[in-house]
Amino acid sequence: MAEVLVLVDHVDGQVKKVTTELLTAARRIGEPAAVWVGDGVESGRAALAEFGAEKVYVAPAEVNDYVVAPKAELLAKLAQEKGAAAILVSATAENKEIAGRTAVKLGSGVLTDVVDVNAEVVTEHSVFGGATVTHARVTTGVPVVAVRPNSVVPEAAVGAAAAEEAVAVEISDAAKTARVVERVAQEKGARPELTEAAIVVSGGRGVGSDDFSVVENLADSLGAAVGASRAVVDSGWYPNQFQVGQTGKTVSPNLYVALGISGAIQHRAGMQTSKNIVAVNKDPEAPIFELADFGVVGDLHTVAPQLTEEINKRK
Amino acid sequence: MNIVVLVKQVPDTATERKLNADDRTLDRAASDGVINELDEYAIEEALLLKEKHGGEVTILTMGPDQATDSIRKALSMGADKAVFVNDEALHGSDAIQTAYALAQALGTLEFDLVVLGSESTDARTGVVGAALAEYLGLPQLTLAGKVDVDGGAIRIQRQTDYGYDVVEAQLPAVVSVVEKINEPRYPSFKLIMQAKKKPVDKKSAADAGIDTGRVGLANATTETVDFAAAPPRAAGTIVKDEGDGGTKAADFLAEKKFV
Ligand SMILES: Cc1cc2nc3c(=O)[nH]c(=O)nc-3n(C[C@H](O)[C@H](O)[C@H](O)COP(=O)(O)OP(=O)(O)OC[C@H]3O[C@@H](n4cnc5c(N)ncnc54)[C@H](O)[C@@H]3O)c2cc1C
Ligand SMILES: Cc1cc2nc3c(=O)[nH]c(=O)nc-3n(C[C@H](O)[C@H](O)[C@H](O)COP(=O)(O)OP(=O)(O)OC[C@H]3O[C@@H](n4cnc5c(N)ncnc54)[C@H](O)[C@@H]3O)c2cc1C
Repeated sequence: MAEVLVLVDHVDGQVKKVTTELLTAARRIGEPAAVWVGDGVESGRAALAEFGAEKVYVAPAEVNDYVVAPKAELLAKLAQEKGAAAILVSATAENKEIAGRTAVKLGSGVLTDVVDVNAEVVTEHSVFGGATVTHARVTTGVPVVAVRPNSVVPEAAVGAAAAEEAVAVEISDAAKTARVVERVAQEKGARPELTEAAIVVSGGRGVGSDDFSVVENLADSLGAAVGASRAVVDSGWYPNQFQVGQTGKTVSPNLYVALGISGAIQHRAGMQTSKNIVAVNKDPEAPIFELADFGVVGDLHTVAPQLTEEINKRK
Repeated sequence: MNIVVLVKQVPDTATERKLNADDRTLDRAASDGVINELDEYAIEEALLLKEKHGGEVTILTMGPDQATDSIRKALSMGADKAVFVNDEALHGSDAIQTAYALAQALGTLEFDLVVLGSESTDARTGVVGAALAEYLGLPQLTLAGKVDVDGGAIRIQRQTDYGYDVVEAQLPAVVSVVEKINEPRYPSFKLIMQAKKKPVDKKSAADAGIDTGRVGLANATTETVDFAAAPPRAAGTIVKDEGDGGTKAADFLAEKKFV
């Protein structure tokens, strides 16, 4: 069975959930082979084995010293050497760029924001803000597929070896032209990462000020990530990287709670594929209620604290 | 410093967007065309750099006839001239082919910097900037929230999930911008009038050095197999808060096993 390369997302040796989703999807197509860049593979290997990685290719941390290009070289080289059937990455901004450059190198094509993939590497996409569902495929060469987090339910596999194999990497001069000279971390709290989170609680203009505690408290009671509408980000109430929507992050959690968000099409574009949607809004006509599985017409400043208290009580 | 800004025309998000039933490409007649929002930020950044370092700002658009509207808008913001690659052979090109075609067109121009949006609002692949850098063999300075040019050196803040990376390179380079980078200006009446007289150089695929055997629907690297309207969500339960709205929401979450 041909190998399916899965680019691993990890933080400090901790494998991200989306990688277990990709490994699960890869098993439908062929034999999953994880591609690990940087240190920490010792602590991540067990998770990769659990979700079916037969092999783990390990590339040195130096690959991260330059923007995107070395990772594309690595994936293209592995795909060619191993005769890979497909390459799967998570659909983050950077990974989509890696996917693009890899496809150019391989003379193949790239499919982005994929919500499902089958054994023949036919992909399902949710486009135009969730209004249309398409199926697509790559017509030539090794398909490079960027899958949206939380789209595939991760399932453990039995007896995968996760055999480590070091990859000798020689980064070409052409791939060294954009050098990372510093990494700056901002506000990384204890909350899960927005695009990865199983639950997202978002606040909109209805929150009324930069005091976002009403949103954060509810999020923390659920172990959720915090999101925001663009109105909130534009007002400077909450940082830009938390924006959900067409020009922000796309999320697809099991539960999305919208507090004081009207549900504009550009916001919906980023959250419409959420499995369950709960909305609190004082306007019964707010379009967000068209999407809501459960909605409360009322003031979020009384409803959300009561909800938070109830959740904490029932834990 | 000569800058080329890549501008794409997209269907207005506020109108209903559709695919063509016959060839499964975007139905451009179904909705109004507008300039891709992030491309306005790209134009603004190019204009700011020009104000600081001098030179010219050229708009490069590949698209159907209607895309001239977006080119005029870009010129009325203050860009100097435009190149419009317009050829039926390009219809249905996917992201990789688009990057190839734009790279070829750029090969016929002189520039120190290419600036583009990090993502379009219609297809949203976010692939073109990176693929373009690959084709051109130029430094990829994408997802920039801040750009500084100093002589032949360029430095950006590349947005990441944890914050940003500081990235350095030498010109010429490819830069893509994210929304937080600036606030695009509104065209003044004077600029709108001037824009009508600014040169737009229309090129066929061949003029732009594009091999028509590598672009268009027939040669695409990807294929849309089928499409359909998404199934509507089942109607939810909406309650009015009568002092127990939060409790009722908690009941719903408990029923769905979230608490
Ligand atoms: C090209 C483009 C891209 C865009 N990209 C995005 C994007 O990525 N993400 C995004 O979110 N938007 C985006 N927008 C903006 C979008 O159109 C909306 O303007 C935005 O989503 C509105 O945010 P909001 O729902 O928080 O605010 P509003 O639309 O002002 O809604 C506030 C809601 O809060 C309710 N409310 C007020 N007070 C209370 C209260 N006390 N209790 C309960 N409810 C209350 C109101 O009834 C109202 O429904 C984009 C727009 C454009 C043109
Ligand atoms: C719903 C939908 C889904 C699609 N999915 C895929 C897919 O999965 N894979 C695939 O290969 N193709 C896909 N396509 C095709 C894709 O729209 C076109 O190839 C498009 O020309 C480039 O992709 P983009 O708009 O996503 O570019 P992005 O990479 O999102 O755009 C980034 C920037 O590139 C510049 N740019 C892009 N196109 C042009 C242009 N024509 N002229 C000038 N500048 C430009 C702009 O500055 C833009 O801000 C899809 C199209 C649609 C309508």
